[in-house]
Amino acid sequence: MQKMKEASPQLLDLIPKEREWLVSKDESHGSSEEKKLELRLGPPGQDWSNLRDNTSRGHKERDESLLSLGYFYNSSSNGNQTHHFASSERKTVLPSPWSSSPSGYHHNQTKGPSFLQFSPSSQSLPVTQKASHPCCTKAVDLQSAEKKKASANPAVTNNTSQKRTAPAPVVGWPPIRSFRKNLASTSSSKPAPESQSVAPSKVPNVKPVETNGKGMFVKINMDGVPIGRKVDLSAYASYEKLSSAVDELFRGLLAAQRDCCAGGIKNKIEEEKEITGLLDGSGEYTLVYEDNEGDRMLVGDVPWHMFVSTVKRLRVLKSSELSALSIRSGKELKN
Amino acid sequence: MLKMERSFPEEVLEHVFSFLQSDGDRNSISLVCKSWYEIERWCRRRIFVGNCYAVSPRILISRFPDVRSITLKGKPHFADFNLVPEGWGGYVYPWIAAMASAYPWLEEIRLKRMVVTDESLELIAKSFKNFKLLVLSSCEGFSTDGLASIAANCRNLRELDLHESDVEDLSGHWLSHFPDTYTSLVSLNIACLGSEVSFSALERLVGRCPNLRSLRLNRAVPLDRLSNLLNRAPQLVELGTGAYSAELRSDVLSNLSSALSACKELKSLSGFWDVVPTYLPAVYSICPGITSLNLSYAIIQSPDLIKLVSQCPNLQRLWVLDYIEDVGLDALAASCKDLRELRVFPSDPFVAEANVSLTERGLISVSEGCPKLQSVLYFCRQMSNDALMTIARNQPNFTCFRLCIIEPRTPDYLTHEPLDVGFGAIVEHCKDLRRLSVSGLLTDRAFEYIGTYGKRLEMLSLAFAGDSDLGLHHVLSGCDNLRKLEIRDCPFGDKALLANAAKLETMRSLWMSSCSVSYGACKLLGQKLPRLNVEVIDERGHPESRPESCPVEKLYIYRSVAGPRFDMPGFVWTMDENPALRLT
Repeated sequence: MQKMKEASPQLLDLIPKEREWLVSKDESHGSSEEKKLELRLGPPGQDWSNLRDNTSRGHKERDESLLSLGYFYNSSSNGNQTHHFASSERKTVLPSPWSSSPSGYHHNQTKGPSFLQFSPSSQSLPVTQKASHPCCTKAVDLQSAEKKKASANPAVTNNTSQKRTAPAPVVGWPPIRSFRKNLASTSSSKPAPESQSVAPSKVPNVKPVETNGKGMFVKINMDGVPIGRKVDLSAYASYEKLSSAVDELFRGLLAAQRDCCAGGIKNKIEEEKEITGLLDGSGEYTLVYEDNEGDRMLVGDVPWHMFVSTVKRLRVLKSSELSALSIRSGKELKN
Repeated sequence: MLKMERSFPEEVLEHVFSFLQSDGDRNSISLVCKSWYEIERWCRRRIFVGNCYAVSPRILISRFPDVRSITLKGKPHFADFNLVPEGWGGYVYPWIAAMASAYPWLEEIRLKRMVVTDESLELIAKSFKNFKLLVLSSCEGFSTDGLASIAANCRNLRELDLHESDVEDLSGHWLSHFPDTYTSLVSLNIACLGSEVSFSALERLVGRCPNLRSLRLNRAVPLDRLSNLLNRAPQLVELGTGAYSAELRSDVLSNLSSALSACKELKSLSGFWDVVPTYLPAVYSICPGITSLNLSYAIIQSPDLIKLVSQCPNLQRLWVLDYIEDVGLDALAASCKDLRELRVFPSDPFVAEANVSLTERGLISVSEGCPKLQSVLYFCRQMSNDALMTIARNQPNFTCFRLCIIEPRTPDYLTHEPLDVGFGAIVEHCKDLRRLSVSGLLTDRAFEYIGTYGKRLEMLSLAFAGDSDLGLHHVLSGCDNLRKLEIRDCPFGDKALLANAAKLETMRSLWMSSCSVSYGACKLLGQKLPRLNVEVIDERGHPESRPESCPVEKLYIYRSVAGPRFDMPGFVWTMDENPALRLT
């Protein structure tokens, strides 16, 4: 508690600090070009106020932005159901949906002083006025507010979609090294006799969880595309799904590559065409893999589970160059 | 000061400097005056480069002419989680090539997250006459052929550590390239290799190296071979087993038990792939001496883990899967009073429902029972503010606190509030916290706490958190010692970044992916701060093809005295001072 009070002044300094930053900037470079840049990109001083406008959308009162300036602190003190922070403050904490939409904060707006005792109306108005650039017009403000909205939107939609679906589709989350995941997956894809002796009947629930849960990453490269990728085989249950995933992975890159070679940016839609026929050799490209013995094989010849347990890396080859290479068909090898 | 310095001959100062081991101290003395700078640079033997693009080999060599040991780090940390596209960079070859001629007496190379080709390994093998140590941590791009040339040529090699590297496994015969006269091995870690190594070569190698202290095998080494190896090296301090399973035979168990109990020095155990619990009693006899246990690849259920852990009263470090469950952590708290580091990994991170009973309660009881606990990495599915506050009060000496609640944006499961106050308590109570990873539902307020109290924080990882630029602003303006900041999927954008642009020059790096930073802001940063390399990573194509206000996919900013790098792949663009020169 004591500490909190000591630290408060620093937080109160937030806006003045912004102003200082701006002022010093204005002093140091005075060129008109500088100013243009700052305007366009929305220097901090302005944008904090945009943000405020955003959060208080729908309220038309003249002093709405002043009220909602307190929102930063009010809303954040909302999570304060305990007495360790800000016990000096007396207010009822309303249940909040914590949605990312601004409407979730409305109940906060008429709050008294926040736990930081930040009183917005007296201090911030002059500050923001000073902070905003002299030539900054309302139109500019609105424009950058729009921009802000537009740029925030993808994130917002992302958020909501991720919230309700399982965590699995998010790349890199939870943060577990792909190395660790690979090790775990090879354990489950080990040949049957050995794993039977490994997993005694004592722990019957472990095995199935092991097999479906872990990622199994293999590298994949494509002819003509310098960027390699990794695919998680455990995310696809069949060759068809793998094939469409490969199309998704490389379609854009391939088109970009062609753009580069053509030396100009052409119509994206026209250029991005689907990569088909990966499995039966009917398309421009064919999917092959290197198995655990180092042999190169055609993808699709052996049962999926056998493929998953032997594949070491994948490659998308030009079908035209396929015949030149000696690639074994899985059938002739295994049967 | 000047007088005093004159009164010492250079040799004396050099001798005095040699007692200063820390890089920070060496950096400080080199700032005292020109002559100290000169003396210091000639006698600096150990170099740490936290980002291989922050300096060039040429600059390093011209300042430090006689380096014996170098540590280089490459890719950003998020590369561990597949967030950095393949081919991003971090190539070590230019460094090896430059050092090969400049540092013929180089003895130690430690690399992390770098691309190491076989060619680089061959160059190491033939260039450094007295080469002693090679640590390749989370590296990739090389094969067992490169390792064979190291084995064949480095007669004085003491340590070869392939820690979690992605090695292309061409053959297990590379190990037989160690010449028969070679006896200097102290530490060997091949745990990451997939294929079998030649056992006879391994046994002979282990048998003829009297100073071998650390041996970490890979999964392909079967359990019945282990006792043979141990019999040849009873002096081992660290052991990583291979597969810890075999056909149930009583002689395997008794051989292993006696071989292990002869290893009186053993302090560290890892490996235990495919573990069969029946064989675990073989290690009981050495448990009292064990300080480090890595069971993070061992699928062992809670009762067996409890039996094992409760026999290790001196345990300082435990890495384990969440199969340990809350009851197991209770047992740990009761018996391991010396515990310093705990990592609990998820056994099944991709399902939403819990498959084990591991909650915040386990962490609470460890924080209560283990007074020396300093470092935690904990994956779980539920957390509460009360729990975090209890943990913070119990354990104010945390230096590293990494909590991952598996489902993003999970609120306090009791109150459905954000976890702001909980993490606030962690940063407030743990004054010495250096590394923090947060997760769960967090508003900007959490970052206000972090900025206010996290004065010693050096590395901070954020994901799916915050609600506006203010969050990032609190962190950047408040955390005075921040060196590395990595952020993904947070609504932080231009304002916070531009307002704290100068702060970025004090940090090693900033990673932001799936945030709201616009391409325009990246360009502005790159132009205004020439000492920063601002790299936009976008696999959708050139960012110029989209409006400037469009957020960039990934952004990696780091300071550099070497200028923009030249090995960028097609999906990386650097925002430098002169955009006109940036044609590809």
